[in-house]
Order: sequence, then C-alpha cells, then structure tokens
Amino acid sequence: MSAPAAPSTPPAPAPAPAAPPVETMTVKVNGKTVQVPKTMPDWQGKPAPTTMLQAARIAGVDIPHYCYHDKLPVAGNCRMCLVEFGTPMIGPDRKPVLNEDGTPKIARSVLPYEPGTARGAIACATPISPGMEIYADSKATQQMRESVLESLLINHPLDCTICDQAGECKLQEYSVQHGKAGSQFVEAKVHKPKAVDLGPRIVLDDERCILCTRCIRFTRDIAGDDALGIVNRGSYNTIGAFEPGRFDNNYTLNTVDLCPVGALTSKDFRFKMRVWFLKETKSLCTSCGTGCNITIGSREGVIHRYEPRDNDAVNGPWMCDSGRLNYRWIGRADRLKEVLRTSSGGPRERITWNAALETAADILRRAPQGGVAFVVSARQTNEELFLLKKLATHTGALTDSVPREGDPDRLLVSADRNPNSNGVRLTGMAFTEFGFNLLKIADGIALGRIRTLVVFGEDLTREGLGPELLAKLDALIVSDILPNATTAAATLLLPGAAHAEKRGTFVNVKGRLQRFQKAVEPPGDARPESEFLQELVQAVTGEEPARSIEGLFNRMAAGVPAFAGVEWARIGDAGVTVQL
Amino acid sequence: MSTKVVDRAPLTFYERTYLPAILGGLKVTAKHFADTVFKGKAVTMQYPEERWVVPEGYRGAPYLVKDQDGATKCVSCQLCEFVCPPKAIRITPPGSEGRPADRANAEKMPREFEINMLRCIFCGMCQEVCPEEAIFLQKDYSITGENRESMIFNKEKLLSLGGTHAGIQKWKHKLEEARAQESFPVETP
Repeated sequence: MSAPAAPSTPPAPAPAPAAPPVETMTVKVNGKTVQVPKTMPDWQGKPAPTTMLQAARIAGVDIPHYCYHDKLPVAGNCRMCLVEFGTPMIGPDRKPVLNEDGTPKIARSVLPYEPGTARGAIACATPISPGMEIYADSKATQQMRESVLESLLINHPLDCTICDQAGECKLQEYSVQHGKAGSQFVEAKVHKPKAVDLGPRIVLDDERCILCTRCIRFTRDIAGDDALGIVNRGSYNTIGAFEPGRFDNNYTLNTVDLCPVGALTSKDFRFKMRVWFLKETKSLCTSCGTGCNITIGSREGVIHRYEPRDNDAVNGPWMCDSGRLNYRWIGRADRLKEVLRTSSGGPRERITWNAALETAADILRRAPQGGVAFVVSARQTNEELFLLKKLATHTGALTDSVPREGDPDRLLVSADRNPNSNGVRLTGMAFTEFGFNLLKIADGIALGRIRTLVVFGEDLTREGLGPELLAKLDALIVSDILPNATTAAATLLLPGAAHAEKRGTFVNVKGRLQRFQKAVEPPGDARPESEFLQELVQAVTGEEPARSIEGLFNRMAAGVPAFAGVEWARIGDAGVTVQL
Repeated sequence: MSTKVVDRAPLTFYERTYLPAILGGLKVTAKHFADTVFKGKAVTMQYPEERWVVPEGYRGAPYLVKDQDGATKCVSCQLCEFVCPPKAIRITPPGSEGRPADRANAEKMPREFEINMLRCIFCGMCQEVCPEEAIFLQKDYSITGENRESMIFNKEKLLSLGGTHAGIQKWKHKLEEARAQESFPVETP
C-alpha cells in the first residue's frame, strides 16, 4: 500500500527527548547472561528494585508463582517461586574471589546450619544484585517446588471434576509440571466450608483455597473495599468476608480471575461450561466509554462469559462486574432477526436484504437536500459511522447522536456510557454535545421539512420524538439489535449485529482507537451494519465497496483526519491513541 | 530396515484350474451339512429369538450408571464429551440455577446428557476417561430405532439402561470425614 503524502496529513510529532539511559546490571539465569534494569515498575508503576522473578522473565524463564501478581503488592506467602541462587564470593580483602579462569567465583546459597543443603529465596520478593546467578531449574529448585506443592495440596480436596477452574487452574498446571504424583500425608484432610455465599456474584469454596491472599490484596488495594481477610489459625485458615454475603463492590469478579485455584467462583459462570470448550475472542466491553479490553468465551455461537484482557493503556488486567455481566442480551430470543418493510397502508412484510437496500437507496436518492435526518447511536462502530456520514453528506442531512450518562467511579467506569462517543465526534456525525440537533430534527419533522429519518441503534421515543411525530414521516429507516418503540414504528427495519457478532473499531473516552473481533454469528437475517451500509452507499453514491473490514478501515483512516496514518494491522490488540 | 521380497511360487496347472480351492470349500460345507443333519450340531442361531452370550469385556453401547444409593454418578465434568472421537456425546451442564446433584457434596450433575447412538463408535474412550466411574460400555450391541431422533438417548434413558455400579463412593466418604471433624462441622440438607 502506498503512503500518500497529502498536505493535510499532520506533521509527525517531534521525537521526544531521549530518555536517560537505564541503569542495568548483569545477572545469570539458568546459565544465560542477561542485562536487566536496576529498577522496574512495581504494582503501582513506581520504580522498585528488580526482583529475581522479573529478571528471570527478561531471560525468558517463567518461575512458577501463585501469590505474586504484577499489579498487586507483593505478599510472598505461597513460596511457590522459591529458587536456588548464588552470589559472587567476596574474599576477606573485600575483593571478588576469582576462579582459575578469571571468572568470579559464585557462592551458592546454603542453609547456615547445614551447608550441604541449598537455601532458596522467593523470587518474587528478592531483589537481584550484580553478578547474581539464578538457578531456576536446578535439582534443589525442583525439590523445593515439589515440597511446596505437596504442602499446598495437603488439605486440597482434589475435586477437579466438579471445579470450574479445571483447565485454567495454576494448581493443576504446576502439579503436572513441577509436582510429584504421591503425597506423604496420611491423616484425614481438614474439611472447610464449601459453597460459601460471599456476595451477590461470588461463591467461595474454602477447601480449594491455597491462601495466596490475592483476593484480599485486590479488594483492599485496588478496589478500595477492605472486605476480605483470613480467619482462624494454622490448617484451619480460611478466607472470610467481613460481612458474609456483602462482598458486593463493583469489582468483585476480578477476584475470580485472580484466584489461581477454584476457590472463588463466579455465580454467573458457575457450572455453566468447562473452560476448555470456550473459544476465546479478543473484543471490547461496550458498557461505557472506557472500552475495557475483554476476551469473549463462546461455544457454538453462545457467549458464556467475558473476561478482562490485559491492556495497561486502558484497563490494566481488571474490569467492572456490571460490564462483565452485560452480555446476556446478545443471546436474547426477541432479537431482531427479519428484514421488514411496511408499505403505505399495508401490513409489515418480510423481504430480502436486496429488496430492502433497493428500497432504502431509492428513498435516499429521491430525497431533496435537507429532507433526510440521521440519528446514530454512539454504540455503532467507526466504520459504520463513516459510511453513515457518507450517506448524510450525500443527502445534506441533519445528524445527531444520543447521550448516555451515568455515575463514574474512581477505577474504571466512565460517566459516558456510550462505547464510541468520540467515534461519533471524529466521523462528524454529531457535535461535542450530543442531542443538540435532536430538537431541530423534531422541529423539521413537525414542520414537514424532514420526510425521511434514518435511525441506527437508538430508541427515539425515549428522546422526545414520540410515535405521533414519527408517524408524520414518509419513511423511517431503522437498524437495531433489540426491539423497541422506534423499531415498531419503522417503515423499513434492518436487523443489525451486536459487537460480538462483527468486527470494527471504537474510540474510547481518552482517544484510544481499539478494534474488536467477531465471536459468534448474528441470528437469523441480521447482518453486520458495515456490510449492508457499504452496499447501500454503493447504491446511493456509486462508490465501490471495500472487500473487507481491513480495507474499509484503511479507507476511513484516509478520510477521517484523526485516523490519518493508522492502518487496521497497526492497531494491534492494544489499540493506538489518536488525537481527539 | 530393508524390504524383504517374498517369493511367490508359480501355480501348478492343477491349481490354476481352481479345482483344489473349490473342492476344499465344498469339503467344509459338506462337513457342516453332515454335522447338522446327522449329529444335530447347528452352527447358526435363530436370531433374534436366540442370542449369543456376550463375552466379558465386550464393548457395547455406553450407558450411565447409578451408585449403590441410586444417585446419578455423573458430575458433568464433560471429559467424555471432550474426548469422544465422533462427537456423539453432548452434555448440558447444570449452570448455577440447575438442580444440585443427587448426592450431598458432589455439587453438580448434568442437566441433560445425550449420546447419539448413530454416531457412537463404541470405542470406550468415555469409560476410560471418566473420573467418576459413571459411564460404562455395556453389552447391548443391537440398537435400533424408528427414526434418528429416537437414536439419541437422553439422560433418563441412559440411566435406566445403565443400572447400578457399586464403586467407591468418594463424595460420601468426604462428607463423612467432614462431619466427623471437630472444626467446621459440615451441615448439609
């Protein structure tokens, strides 16, 4: 693809001043020498001394761990990341002791009272020092892992067959990778409470818990609701809620993701589907303007769950419960599935897409300039809005969108409950303030100046354009997903697809352009809007449709100044920031 | 490893007349004829009135079994559905609203369990993978139906055909152990 150097293209931003050189030190991981920075961001992003676990990661070695999490304070209680290590020997003259070949002599860490036995250190909380050697796969390290796993499994019920975590359980995975088959424990296991109702969305199985305290740290330090803690002593340690049944902040389901075992389970997903059947699709949450990155888990066209997907530029590894559980509408039985047309005075009839698009093109071609208005939802994708803008420009139409506001919170939820308000603004379908033109459109309809109204994804009867007003129109072309009073009044109804059923892009409240992929098929005759809109644009303006969403996006990027220079392939999974 | 070429001895003229093969066949037929007519030793059966004795270890149709207390053993782990090569098994998990298991402590059993007997190849993978000893290949080999739908056996039918398998009752054992301990006395309905 050639890069047109159009004069309108904004000049590339001046290169940022060179960052100060990162101070590094040299360590060895499994015999491999690596340069690692002296400090690395901790869970809050502040620089902290680099740990052995982080250094090993840089060397491409994954040290098993349960309680450690990049975005949580370090607790160091599970002991799973124990590794054997060595440091350069220092002689009595405070100078490094050298081997015969001139390399520094390494003293392996050993127990002070038992110099023949290796002494491990927890990799998650031990800072590295220059010349340190980490033995992540030595015999001693392997023995430490075996022993830690054996003790973690002492009171574990081993009920993988009925455990929702099976398939994505770190205890299962590490037991296979690093554990041993047998247990020396012959006494009866401690049985702890099962199916404890922690809150409206969480069930706790205390027997499976390995007491890593990830959930406690998350809810205390991230969600700011110090609701969980450990009660009782020794083998009887259990996780408990301060008020059982009241663990109900809007971020509780993140503890289910964090839980490395099957102790915390989601009431919504509980016993619903085994995770290995789920197809994972990279998508976006559409419940507010934050645009949290999600993974949709679906099987055979049915969506079973949303999970947050790591993106430090947007949501980190978290998402809110309300967004996560807002997926059942996609599978609702009353979804719009048929293309319907109401002939003047006649009944509603089911027609083909070709006939519907011909009808729509005919109406838009005949309409006088200014005789059409468009109201588009900020839930439509950028590509759809770009195509609608073409139609609006062609017909000289008034356009607007509908605001959707709510209370923000201090973590993720945005006050703007539309996922793509900035997309509407950038494509020019509405002003900064939504709803500005709605009154003008209502007036235009009342005065008979506007005879055709195109509505995408909104119920106008809730926005002051009642059914009596809509009845004055010659043509009401509506595309939506679920039935409402506006779709009931439509003279031409085009069933659209939910975001999980199509591909496209959104721009979040901070100007992050992100793309999402298709997880399931739309029901019945419903089609992705960008597909049929391209055919409609061709019928009205004669413009050739792009063959793919990639082509359509790239065409839009050339036409919308804010997206200049962006290509579909360059957006990646994490998105790119555009100028608002 | 090299290829070993086996010598193929040329047929004699007598062999090329096909007569020895025909006569050899006739001899077997004549022997069975004589056995049946003069000695009364029939080698055929009047199927389906007469049935052969299915040997131990025969791999017939897979059915679900109940434990000695009459409870469904399957916990809907869906491993058989996953492992089934012809995708004959289809399980509907209970979900969070579904009926809890027949047995206390097992928490979970399938809402629906279907085996399409037209798809099933009687390979026995489901029996081998089952961690609950809940599905066994049994001795039924002649399964017929009047239409395709009737060949999809549901949970009720599979359980009624499967009978009882008295094995280790691990969930019951766990519950007894939990009830016996002093801390966290477990209450179950």
